[in-house]
Amino acid sequence: MLALIGRKLGMTQIFDENGILTPVTVVQVEPNVVVGQRTIEKNGYSAVILGAHAMKKSRVKKPYAGQFPDGIEPTRYLMEVRDFEKDTSVGEKLGVELFEGIRFVDVKGTTKGKGYQGVMKRHGFRGGRKTHGSKFHRAGGSTGQAAWPSKVLKGTKMAGRMGGTSATVQNLELVRVDKEKQVLLIRGAVPGRNKGKVVVMKSKKK
Amino acid sequence: MKLIKAIEAEQIKDGKLNFKVGDTVRVHFKIVEGKTERIQVFEGLCIAMKRDGLKRTFTVRKISYGVGVERIFPVNSPRIQKIEVVRYGRVRRAKLYYIRDRVGKAAKVAELIKRKPQKKQPSEGVEKVEEA
Repeated sequence: MLALIGRKLGMTQIFDENGILTPVTVVQVEPNVVVGQRTIEKNGYSAVILGAHAMKKSRVKKPYAGQFPDGIEPTRYLMEVRDFEKDTSVGEKLGVELFEGIRFVDVKGTTKGKGYQGVMKRHGFRGGRKTHGSKFHRAGGSTGQAAWPSKVLKGTKMAGRMGGTSATVQNLELVRVDKEKQVLLIRGAVPGRNKGKVVVMKSKKK
Repeated sequence: MKLIKAIEAEQIKDGKLNFKVGDTVRVHFKIVEGKTERIQVFEGLCIAMKRDGLKRTFTVRKISYGVGVERIFPVNSPRIQKIEVVRYGRVRRAKLYYIRDRVGKAAKVAELIKRKPQKKQPSEGVEKVEEA
């Protein structure tokens, strides 16, 4: 597994060598610092702890600052990546170069909050007729049976808060790796708002 | 945002466009079919332009065998070899979508006879814009 913490900057489009337009999301990668390592001998599994977005030591709480070895600035984001495919040492900085030669990535982000939404938007219910005397339009309808189970089963799809949850989009094409600007251009849309934190991973399935 | 602008700036062509909405233009567009390449010319009336940096486009409308055909070209596409202006039109609108509802003579745009003296006068209606 390979992964980096990045920041979604927004979308644009680029022409390829044949002049075909490709819609891309621009993901900026500030240097990811290797903060620590987990080893099979000590921890029972192997992983690399990555941090991104450096902060002043005076800006973070002491227990949090204590997670970072000496000489490494505290970072806003911390992430463990299991079975990291590259040999790293603590303090090493990783950039977009990590993804050179990789064609497909998975991107994880926090979706935009949609607020309190009805079942049609939130769960894709079909709703009822709008006209011809129909009195059933966008309501959720029945939420269960009567005598048994005499309650609404847990997990029943109903209206409520939508968005603001973690989502992963798989198998997005990595169109370009710009080492100079430290930017990844990924085909298509990725979850979350602009300036939001995203995790770019080597694709699991492709 | 600055980074996105920088990425876009690399692809934006230099120079001004030599035509406006209402002009009749010939767009030389490169078509790639497998390994062969050829230039296709699309001639028609420019009925709209959308301005958004890299995403800038213009729409060309023509009547082909009695059927209206519209094509949207990205201004910055490397596949556009050149754009010739066949005829300057005199229009008072930025978008000529009303042309779609008109047939025959009513769908014509008056020719612009005199253009106010400009700093750069387009020469003989034919001018190379920019090489891809």
